Amino acid sequence: MDIQQVAARHAVEAVVIGASAGGVHALLALLSGLPEHFSLPIIAVLHLPQERDSRLADVFQQRLTMTVREAADKETIAPSTLYFAGSGYHLSIETDRTFSLSCEEPVNYSRPSIDVLMESAADAYGASLAGVLLTGANFDGAAGLARIKQRGGLTAVQDPAEAQVATMPQAAIRKLRPNLILTLERIRQLLIQLDHNHANT
Amino acid sequence: MPKKPDAQTPAPGSGTADEHTEADLYRLMQAIYSQYSYDFRDYAGASQKRRVLKALAQLGYPTIPALQAAAEQDPAVFMQLLQYLTIPVSEMFRDPSFFLALRQQVVPVLRTYPSLKIWIAGCSTGEEVYSLAILLKEEGLLDRTLIYATDINPKSLAKARQGIFSLASIQGHTANYQAAGGQQAFSDYYTAAYDAAIFDKSLRDNVTFADHSLATDSVFSETQLVLCRNVLIYFNKKLQDRALGLFHESLSRRGFMGLGSKESIDFSAHAARFEPLDRPERIFRKRED
Repeated sequence: MDIQQVAARHAVEAVVIGASAGGVHALLALLSGLPEHFSLPIIAVLHLPQERDSRLADVFQQRLTMTVREAADKETIAPSTLYFAGSGYHLSIETDRTFSLSCEEPVNYSRPSIDVLMESAADAYGASLAGVLLTGANFDGAAGLARIKQRGGLTAVQDPAEAQVATMPQAAIRKLRPNLILTLERIRQLLIQLDHNHANT
Repeated sequence: MPKKPDAQTPAPGSGTADEHTEADLYRLMQAIYSQYSYDFRDYAGASQKRRVLKALAQLGYPTIPALQAAAEQDPAVFMQLLQYLTIPVSEMFRDPSFFLALRQQVVPVLRTYPSLKIWIAGCSTGEEVYSLAILLKEEGLLDRTLIYATDINPKSLAKARQGIFSLASIQGHTANYQAAGGQQAFSDYYTAAYDAAIFDKSLRDNVTFADHSLATDSVFSETQLVLCRNVLIYFNKKLQDRALGLFHESLSRRGFMGLGSKESIDFSAHAARFEPLDRPERIFRKRED
């Protein structure tokens, strides 16, 4: 699979990432190698055991150079920023590329749900979106990634052989044929390539 | 990698194709407004779309226009659809730390008033109403308080009036109540009957349940406290501004406002007209003009 070739076919303006069991580790490994000037916004849903105020943004901010924060209702998506969905609420992206929250019932037993984020992001960004699904023990994210692909966006799934828990990437691979199935190392190269292409347009 | 992955094009008229869906949703909301005067036109789009697509699937309509036609012809279908357009999820003493902060920081000021009026906007099925009534009772304020509990959904209001909640959910409510500084056994407030918990009628003696829309109605009373939690997140900025404007207008001098734990007034035109009293708990106070 040629990352450069696939990246060249997609003019990406934002990246959405979903991860569950093993996700903190995987996401840190993926993002800590990004260059300082990385400019694409990254919006992530990471399932965590139920707790009111997740410290995810703080944990990641300590380790990353890019700005990290919890996505706030009605906030406009800014470049060079990693956003996390806060615990207990679904996170969506509106067509004007602002965030909105919802405390509707869980989807795939999850709130926030990766599907909710990805489906709304696919509507907001269409083909200019990259969706990445990492390790996890449930089926959340497969429908969301399918929607991204349907809209012409780029889809990448962590290689199940590498994932700490293969269930989630495997569910996505079964549901759609993602553009790329890659190790974390290669997903990072993909993101860098997408950002590079974005900066040069 | 295989040459070209098979494109998953949605079937024509499947109701999931994009610009179509946006336009269909817009027309549906326009039609509902002109026929039934319910205004959902300024609701946040992403979650509204999810809920309408869910209604399509569960009510068995192939497309949004088909659902629209049925709702236009038959008020009963509209009433079914309304249950999807509004969001009836709620728990008692949701975010216990909010109620604890209310007890510790707001109640001492409320106590100084000879009589009180409180507005719970978007009360849904009433969980928040009974939670607040219990808190006020324990603080000795319920007898001199009038609570206006408003919502746009008549079914939700009817359920709220009954004060009957599922016994299965009581365990969670009880834990919340205790974490919120509850002073009794939670079971003192309800009677268990089969799978239901029937809440003490006296809790709603001073509650007026009423139909009121933050999108189309105006202020109906002066109040000292407004609670509107996890309602504004379903509105766009314009409608949020309208609602916050109503709350500001309704609140008496230095009145209090409580929002949901992840709601913010930072992006609102009214941001400067309130000051945070407890920022993490989203309790605000009206500023002096």
